[in-house]
Amino acid sequence: MSDPAPTPDTPTDADRDELRRQGILLTSMEELYNWGRSRSVWPLNFGLACCAIEMMAASMARFDIARFGSEVFRPSPRQADLIIISGTVTKKMAPQVVRLWNQMPEPKYCIAMGACAISGGPFKQGYNVLKGIDRYIPVDIYIPGCPPRPEALLHGLMQLQEKIRGQRLTGPTAPPHLQKDTTCDYPVPAFGAHDLEPPKNPALWQPPVLVRKEGA
Amino acid sequence: METPDQIRDRLLARFPGAAVAVVANPGPAAQHSLLLGVAHARAIAEFLRDAPGLRLDFCSNVTGIDWLDREVTDVATTTTPDPAGGPAKVVEQKTKRLVPGRLEVVYHLYSVELKHGPVILRLRTENRSDRVTVPSLTPVWRSCEFQEREVFDLYGVVFEGHPDLRRILMWDEFKDHPMRKDYVEPDDYEWEPTPHGDVLARAKRHYHATEAAPKEEPKP
Amino acid sequence: MSFSDPSPLESAPGPKVRAVRDEFHGDLLEVSMGPHHPSTHGVFRMNVTLDGETVVRLKPVFGYLHRNHEKIGENASYLGSMPYTDRLDYLCSMTNNWAYALAVERLSGQAVPERAEYLRVILAELTRLLNHTCLAGFLLQDCGASGTPLMYAFREREKILDLFESLSGSRMMCNFQRFGGCRTDATPAWLEAARALADGYGAFLDEFEELLTGNEILMARTQGIGRLPAKLAVSAGVTGPMLRAAGVGYDLRKVDGYGVYPRFDFRIPLGDNGDTYDRYMVRVLEMRESIKILRQAFATIPQGPVMDAKARLRGFRAKPGEVYSRIEGPKGEIGFFLVSEGGPNPYRYRVRPPSFINLTVLEDLCVGHSIADTVVILGSIDIVLGEVDR
Repeated sequence: MSDPAPTPDTPTDADRDELRRQGILLTSMEELYNWGRSRSVWPLNFGLACCAIEMMAASMARFDIARFGSEVFRPSPRQADLIIISGTVTKKMAPQVVRLWNQMPEPKYCIAMGACAISGGPFKQGYNVLKGIDRYIPVDIYIPGCPPRPEALLHGLMQLQEKIRGQRLTGPTAPPHLQKDTTCDYPVPAFGAHDLEPPKNPALWQPPVLVRKEGA
Repeated sequence: METPDQIRDRLLARFPGAAVAVVANPGPAAQHSLLLGVAHARAIAEFLRDAPGLRLDFCSNVTGIDWLDREVTDVATTTTPDPAGGPAKVVEQKTKRLVPGRLEVVYHLYSVELKHGPVILRLRTENRSDRVTVPSLTPVWRSCEFQEREVFDLYGVVFEGHPDLRRILMWDEFKDHPMRKDYVEPDDYEWEPTPHGDVLARAKRHYHATEAAPKEEPKP
Repeated sequence: MSFSDPSPLESAPGPKVRAVRDEFHGDLLEVSMGPHHPSTHGVFRMNVTLDGETVVRLKPVFGYLHRNHEKIGENASYLGSMPYTDRLDYLCSMTNNWAYALAVERLSGQAVPERAEYLRVILAELTRLLNHTCLAGFLLQDCGASGTPLMYAFREREKILDLFESLSGSRMMCNFQRFGGCRTDATPAWLEAARALADGYGAFLDEFEELLTGNEILMARTQGIGRLPAKLAVSAGVTGPMLRAAGVGYDLRKVDGYGVYPRFDFRIPLGDNGDTYDRYMVRVLEMRESIKILRQAFATIPQGPVMDAKARLRGFRAKPGEVYSRIEGPKGEIGFFLVSEGGPNPYRYRVRPPSFINLTVLEDLCVGHSIADTVVILGSIDIVLGEVDR
């Protein structure tokens, strides 16, 4: 996020520092709004598998997610800002995850924690394993690891905070809750005879095109 | 504790006409098992649970195994002595026969009261397609309840007499029996950055026509 | 004890609350607790039918973490399945590894050197301490003590995880046991640090018990709740501290005497009533016995290799045959059933999951109690969904 080009009326950072030293805080609406939002992200109390234990460890005394403002893990999706998909998403669980995502009010963010949530992980060959939660819901931050250490989760949370701070309030890059014509309701897959139907949400996820070098 | 042979003899004495055979287990573990016919299986199970020397009151594990059709070669050796006194003529006759596939359920029983075990029971279905019913041992040992449901879910063995036989791990609308050896899983391997083996074969079907196909990965 | 009502509730997706009219009781309420619920230990769902607040029927729904571990085991080599066993009961990876290594060693007749056996016992008992401490924390969390005992439990868990990390490289997914021993040797410094931890653990348990054991809120919420009769426990295949809390003295460390456990002097605590409080107390007493075993193991661990000289990891092929072998994990009897056809992969790879089978009696324990007690009973059974669903 870059500041607009300084004009004679716009204070520079040096001016702001000087004013801050004198006890006057000068900020813009956008900075204040994003600062408040990013410094108190409340996660949903949602753990699927092994990564959930590392998420709990991150919220305990040694790693202490509370200093990042995320101490309050909400049990209800209606009150949460962030869903940390920690653990393997199975096809049986996938509709519930999408329903939880739909129930979360905007602004909402998603962190895919661990290899299983990103792509199916070590259990990728499986009839019941969803190969990545980003097939159905949009993911903001991916944290690799199996399981990622609590420090990695905190690093991912800090990246999310930077991402939130970088969101403009107006314009095409505004977050979805400030745009008038976006939907926050994602279609819930149904249980089919052999697989989920649909197996992925094509509007959300297309397999990336891999260009392989000759001789690789 | 009695050996499997002794238990078999005791069972045949108690239930004449029952089909009980000892299945030898090669290898160092030497855990031989008893193959039971389905007709007397539940009565035999109750006897094993209550019999004074055995008291096998704890069913530890219920496993399903899928055996596909397999071809077995029998070798019959005939030796004819040479009337002229020379070396005997040895003729080997190999016959191939088809052992039809079936599903098998293996029960591991222990005794908490007498602290011995395991006694291993096997039940086999007749085939893998339509005659897949075996008697349920849940009325004898309650611990079989969920495990038999799992064998039903993943293998398709129908347990007659089970109080609540329905799928346990997969969703109810699921139609296949995934742990069978001939199950083909759904193909959602559109994106596989480093495929090899049969995953490579499946992933290739999704490559774009305009993209250069990757060179075949060297076999490990 | 009769069996569950054969008319099943549909396990249709999504939360569902509807009223069922019954001519004797008026309306019964059917609630789906889970799979997302702050009090279930993972993604586990219970379809509960309530008469007011009393549970009339309870049907558990599994499979939300079914990761086809057994199918992967058939496709992977024997050694390739070892990291997957970490992820079964993801709190106790060392004991899962040992159970699997023991099964393969029995299948192939592989011997294990003595120092490795002692090291395995040390790691298993540290895992037992870790598991029971976390269980006490989670149980209290379910009772409503939102967070404080869990904080203390995780503080101690972090100390044990530091030891595991310095020995095996990973906090949780240790992947440490091999067929024929352990992957690396423990240095004298590590043994010293572990000994200091075991010696200091008694003081932590005193602190924990001072807060909890005589606590009247805990006693009011757990005594008399979820009584498990011994006969039902044995018939239902319940194992571990839950079985011993029901009064049945069956601990595989004494019955089977695997590893070097017969050399150690320790007792098996038994409960009188089989209720939730007994399950909690049995685990606390087992922790004290574990500290005793650890002290003896540290005092007598011999020098030597930790891997058998004849062990062959690459290109490992087991002889044809089958084996079922089991150990006393912190949650109960964890067993592995392997069928080998002589190839590099097992033909059938089966895990006997203690948490899954312990849940057989969930309905019997919960019927007649209130819905708040359901959560406490589930907490005392000590389930981990990675093991329940595999």
